[in-house]
Amino acid sequence: MSIIASDLLVENARHTQNVKAGDYYIGVIKAGQTFRIVDLEGNQAADTLFFNAKEPSERYSAMDTIREQGNVYLTSGSELRSNLNNVLLQIVADTCGRHDTLGGACATESNTVRYDLEKRCMHACRDSWMLAIAEHPEYGLHKRDISHNINFFMNVPVTPDGGLTFEDGISAPGKYVEFTAVMDVIVLISNCPQLNNPCNGYNPTPVQIALWD
Amino acid sequence: MPNSTEASHRNHPSIRSLDYSTEIPGASHWSLRMRKGTVMRLTDTTGSANVGMLFYNPENLLERYNAPDSLKCQHSFKLTQGHCLYSDMGRIFASIIGDTHGWHDTVCGNSHASHVNRWGIRDYQGDRNEWLQNGHDAFLIELAKYGLGQADLAANINWFSQVQTDEAGTMLLAPSKEAETQVTLRFEMDTLVILHTCPHPMNQAENYPRHSVKIELGEAETMSDDDACLTACDENRRGFHNNALYHLGR
Repeated sequence: MSIIASDLLVENARHTQNVKAGDYYIGVIKAGQTFRIVDLEGNQAADTLFFNAKEPSERYSAMDTIREQGNVYLTSGSELRSNLNNVLLQIVADTCGRHDTLGGACATESNTVRYDLEKRCMHACRDSWMLAIAEHPEYGLHKRDISHNINFFMNVPVTPDGGLTFEDGISAPGKYVEFTAVMDVIVLISNCPQLNNPCNGYNPTPVQIALWD
Repeated sequence: MPNSTEASHRNHPSIRSLDYSTEIPGASHWSLRMRKGTVMRLTDTTGSANVGMLFYNPENLLERYNAPDSLKCQHSFKLTQGHCLYSDMGRIFASIIGDTHGWHDTVCGNSHASHVNRWGIRDYQGDRNEWLQNGHDAFLIELAKYGLGQADLAANINWFSQVQTDEAGTMLLAPSKEAETQVTLRFEMDTLVILHTCPHPMNQAENYPRHSVKIELGEAETMSDDDACLTACDENRRGFHNNALYHLGR
């Protein structure tokens, strides 16, 4: 794990916003701009997708990202790659140390498998994304564009014998991750509403986003 | 369908018959619709094959194989016998009813032209069907036949490729295994299968790894109450329950 703090000051950001648990954020990060997500109260998961703003069928690819860096965890220095194996963004600061991109996002449908068929109506990240693309047709995103995401601040260790475990978060109040865009990208975040697992301590809380030129 | 002339399937109680057998050469691609209750058995005849595979619901092509959902609900980083392969809608496309290989990758994605270029440029004019195809383009070709494209790609399975991690999360492609390992899928709903036999993207072989795979198709026995995939975990029981709801009234 590599802990790298940022020199950027929130008071100098061109935009800041709090995103409550169960809400989404969608916006554009232009090439060269830097975007920060702050885990305000700790142990929160920010389920995040990126798209090439000019051609959204090019999008963040968890597989291309981890394969090219040869490691399954994301942290400072990680290049976030697309399904065409191009670099979309680079993580430039990280005070948490490790982020998951294997665990995917919760969905009402996967909730039925993971927890109980009768939990199908509990709010989930993929429903937030569906609302985001429905309310923002200007981005040209459709259900087919919704793929495998990053879970910022989430801790999903892979074991050498091939296990996948969900551990208590290693994040804490005020930890943040920051990335600089290499090309113009759409960022789509679901601030995870999940109430059934320890990824957010069974208590979803707000995150803050900030954007600098 | 005619009875299989091969007896080997009798070793597996879940296979009723194997009715068709073919060999897909390396650097190739294929797609087919598998019906609920059919089986597909893949054999790595050389011990070095890689088979990229994706699943879609032919009734709703927006429903597709979801590797993260499959891994997290079974608490696994690898795929092997007893595992189910889930869609993003909480349903099971297929279950792995047999596996003598033991570890299949589903997180490394596809080889791109940029990976294959280390062995040379794809050139049909010069190489004919011995060309240097890559997995990404192979998938795009098959997907286009169903009106699908780049936006419909998802994390694929790489059968017969074992990618492990160490404590720090560093990934390593394990060496080839012995020849003739097999993996058998039983389809739990109608499924569009897209596949290629292009190299795994982490393959560093000196020469382009051109390895064929044997594919056998047949019918499954009716699933029993003590089926190993059904009873592997409560999550799979609930996944099969979702399939039963999907097939209600059929």
